[in-house]
Amino acid sequence: MNPLDIENSLLSLLIWLPVIAGISILAVGSDQRATMVRGLSLGFSILVFLLSIPLYTLFDPSTSTMQFVEKASWIQSYNINYHLGVDGISMPLILLTTLLTVIVVISGWQVITERVAQYMAAFLIMEGIMIGVFASLDSVLFYVFWEAMLIPMFVIIGIWGGPNRIYATIKFFLYTLLGSLLMLVALLYLHNVSGGSFDILDFHEVKLDMNTQILIFLAFFAAFAVKVPMFPVHTWLPDAHVEAPTGGSVILAAIMLKMGGYGFIRFSMPIAPDASQELAWLMITLSLFAVVYIALIALVQQDMKKLIAYSSISHMGFVTLGLFIFNSQGVEGAMMQMISHGFISGALFLCVGVLYDRLHSRMIQTYGGVASKMPIFAGFVVLFAMANSGLPGTSGFVGEFLVILGAFQANPWFAIIASLTLIFGAAYTLWMIKRVIYGKVVNEDVHSLTDVNAREIIMLSMLAAMVLIVGVWPNPILEVMHVTIEDLLQHIAISKLP
Amino acid sequence: MKNIYIAIPLVCLFASIIAGLFGKVVGRKGAHTITIAGVAIAFVLSLVVYADVKDGNTFNGALYTWAISGNIPFQIGFLIDQLSATMMIIVTFVSLMVHIYTIGYMSSDLGYQRFFCYISLFTFAMLMLVMSNNFLQLFFGWEAVGLVSYLLIGFWYDRETAIFANMKAFLVNRVGDFGFLLGIAAVLYLFGSLDYSAVFAGANGIKDATVMSPFGEWNWLTVTCILLFIGAMGKSAQVPLHVWLPDSMEGPTPISALIHAATMVTAGIFMVARMSPLFELSETALSTVLVIGSTTAILMALVGLVQNDIKRVVAYSTLSQLGYMTVALGVSAYEVAIFHLGTHAFFKALLFLGAGSVIIAMHHEQDMRKMGGLRTIMPITYLTTVIGSLALAGIPPFAGFFSKDAIIESVHHSDLWGAQYAYVAVLLGVFVTAFYSFRLLFMTFHGSNRSDDHTRKHLHESPTVVTFPLLALAIPSVLAGFMFFEPVLNGSFFGSSIFILPEHDVVNELAQGYEGTSGIGMIFAAIGHGIQTLPFWLAIFGVVFAWYCYCKNLALPGKIQKMFRPVYIILEKKYGFDELYQTIFSKGSVLAGKFLYKYADAGLIDGTLVNGSANSVNRISGALRKVQTGLTYHYAFAMIIGLFALITFFVWF
Repeated sequence: MNPLDIENSLLSLLIWLPVIAGISILAVGSDQRATMVRGLSLGFSILVFLLSIPLYTLFDPSTSTMQFVEKASWIQSYNINYHLGVDGISMPLILLTTLLTVIVVISGWQVITERVAQYMAAFLIMEGIMIGVFASLDSVLFYVFWEAMLIPMFVIIGIWGGPNRIYATIKFFLYTLLGSLLMLVALLYLHNVSGGSFDILDFHEVKLDMNTQILIFLAFFAAFAVKVPMFPVHTWLPDAHVEAPTGGSVILAAIMLKMGGYGFIRFSMPIAPDASQELAWLMITLSLFAVVYIALIALVQQDMKKLIAYSSISHMGFVTLGLFIFNSQGVEGAMMQMISHGFISGALFLCVGVLYDRLHSRMIQTYGGVASKMPIFAGFVVLFAMANSGLPGTSGFVGEFLVILGAFQANPWFAIIASLTLIFGAAYTLWMIKRVIYGKVVNEDVHSLTDVNAREIIMLSMLAAMVLIVGVWPNPILEVMHVTIEDLLQHIAISKLP
Repeated sequence: MKNIYIAIPLVCLFASIIAGLFGKVVGRKGAHTITIAGVAIAFVLSLVVYADVKDGNTFNGALYTWAISGNIPFQIGFLIDQLSATMMIIVTFVSLMVHIYTIGYMSSDLGYQRFFCYISLFTFAMLMLVMSNNFLQLFFGWEAVGLVSYLLIGFWYDRETAIFANMKAFLVNRVGDFGFLLGIAAVLYLFGSLDYSAVFAGANGIKDATVMSPFGEWNWLTVTCILLFIGAMGKSAQVPLHVWLPDSMEGPTPISALIHAATMVTAGIFMVARMSPLFELSETALSTVLVIGSTTAILMALVGLVQNDIKRVVAYSTLSQLGYMTVALGVSAYEVAIFHLGTHAFFKALLFLGAGSVIIAMHHEQDMRKMGGLRTIMPITYLTTVIGSLALAGIPPFAGFFSKDAIIESVHHSDLWGAQYAYVAVLLGVFVTAFYSFRLLFMTFHGSNRSDDHTRKHLHESPTVVTFPLLALAIPSVLAGFMFFEPVLNGSFFGSSIFILPEHDVVNELAQGYEGTSGIGMIFAAIGHGIQTLPFWLAIFGVVFAWYCYCKNLALPGKIQKMFRPVYIILEKKYGFDELYQTIFSKGSVLAGKFLYKYADAGLIDGTLVNGSANSVNRISGALRKVQTGLTYHYAFAMIIGLFALITFFVWF
């Protein structure tokens, strides 16, 4: 195979390799062969990660056209194609997915002892599907992946989840499904007006009058706002996180939420640019509301996972804020925020997982003085907590900084409200750290804690390294999305009114 | 030279990483050897850089591009000029002394390597802050020193007071940083760049730009400067963001000296001096700085009077002295502010380390009421503390005299709005400062020993690693005034690194008073002039009064306390800032959070809307389900009714 062929089939490989690997593991695996299953899963996830690296190295950052494109006819009579490709926006998100999947496999290594094969398979299959979401250029293909993604997550929470998992899964499923259905309606409408195409890039060129744009925007909004999630359709997330096993929470926070932000960039903004600007006030208001309102709610949470879930919502508010101020710093900041939030929230959920595995409690009051017993772990937690508070030198700073700079250009008041996160974000994060990590050892349970083992050190170190590298030198990531984002902004600036 | 610039911070970072990650491998000795070597190299190289800068070789250049966003490059780079070179020497020298001192102070602590890791990391961050040539890196350093301060205040993380204090310090600083970050955003908005040189070059062009606010038309530059200054208020602990600094004394004493007296807390002062080309163009901003600074100077000095914890006295003194520096900034005497920053760094680090030496001897007792009579047992500590106190009180010819006198004279010459208020405040402050610093001295070292028998038996002078830094810091506390008074006043010390409009140049007016003198003659002239003015006599009066109260008539302080009871209570409560913030902000936001969570999130959204709609579906379907009875005659009946309804419908319409 010459390198050119890899370029023409790399995306398919990245989508289907983990799916096939997952199905095979499901077929051959049983709990007697758990060790083999774990080894295979790790091997495949690493392989997929390594295969995804050429996406970055072979990527041409000087153009905004789709790269690694694959196109084949799928359902000819409706002009539905198997059309894949990536640009500077989707490519980094795919890399994020492949990296996080490796970490999730490591995180479930000793923790999951029942139905190991099913657990690992679910994550591998989900990895392929999520890559599919980011790589699809055909809206039907996108929709199929988008909905398919719910199934493994539904299974993961439903089987390995906590006591209230049934309520959480149904809430999660219905919430997202309801939004998705409206998106489907919009896609079908666009198919009609675009002259029979389902291609997303064709949708970008369709002229639409204002009322139609607003309706389409709202339909997409229903799907993506739930995923982000934006206030006030966020209440499924804390429940889902609390009930999900650690790995599920990591993928949910690190990747799935990004689908919402990605959807706004890929669909809402370029397809309905005039409506996007018309309704920007709504998006900005909801985002700023999330930053403050959700932060206050995060402050009073007793359950660490719930706290981090609310913190996620607050941080994702920066994504939607950045997108809808329509300037380079804003959109690039939003992208950086999505990537960085992937590392940080993933890491924080893993940290809660580390504690949960030992004492089977996520409640803050169970802990206290953990640092005395788990000094290495405490070091990691404090690092990620600082990253979550947006400390410069960590990845958490980059996105927030750029979005605040961008917001100031748009309207200083946006920046003022958004900057409150500097105080609130630090408040709820450090207060949790104070109560859980610092202080005197509060009880026998905490006294019995053992520090992180090699496996846990490896998974936390990987994320710590990413958090620091991206914080100190974000340019390699910004570089690849620069042209795509400039092009997007130009596209939005041109009215699509007929 | 560029390689040397890069080496200075990196050698500290490198040492910190070794001590932090490989602390177990290198051991205690390895950790302190490596970090001390690192800081020593940084200090020597800083001297080299300083000499080079004195020869006129300044540097302004980028190291690497952190990010490019929207065609604006955000770079990491260095600006090496007189101002940054001076700061580099102060930072590395004090840091080196504190590193050495730590060997003795922390000798029995389990977190020995961790401590060295943190203070080296701090030195790195502080160097990056002062060497920066742009606002981004400034903010990096700014928050990084805040992080290390957080880690060090909470160094003994099993102490409830320490972990409360470190969270409080971080959050209060974040309030300042909130303003600072917005200031940076405003700078980018106004100038399209975060590079100092580009921003300063463009300052004059936008000085009349205004922005409409709900409260009328505001000058953009004034808004920007005040936002930046809010950052300085957090970091340099100015009223009302000062509340974190006294509590920061929960950390080990060496860091109180290094971070919370000599270097980090002066970052705000340094920053405003660095931004002199911006602040100069806004008299409103300068007046704000002036009023805040003078308020801090007097209010905090007064609180220092009633403290009994030896470290807290020094802490309130630091707050007050930071106020003096801020006052100097406000009257455009930036070089005098930095001058005082430098002398203060030496004598205040000395006082803290002296206090630390006493604390070691007293088995970690910090209450001065249980001390006394230590001067014979700890002669070196006593002698150096005396030097520090004389310098702090501003008695000639010690360093503090020159810098503090220059501040007071500058305020006297200024005709900015608020200068008169500031003048009264700083004059009163002189008396109070002299009183509380000698109160500390007399209570600790004079009179009879009031400690318990066990402690008294074990009292001894501290080891050499502790006394050497005291002596080393005592030298500049005596000499720094002589050495730098003339170059600071005639403007040659900072050269072009500080910009002052001619009409604000009070320091120049001051220098004219010494026209015709130079060298040692100028020093004598300054001292001669000083002892004829009010501040000197206020200081002397303060010292004498302290002696009378705490050596002669020991019952007097109690009487005064009774006589002015309401005032005493106000001071003891520190004006109630803590209680106020605790009630409004901490409790307030927790209450708001609880309310929103219960009624808005769980109640309205989840309860009524989400589960409410699910429940409605449930109810409606439940009702409809009853129709599906499965009985044929029910269905037949329904069909007949339906048929009848349809026929009726078609017949009638």
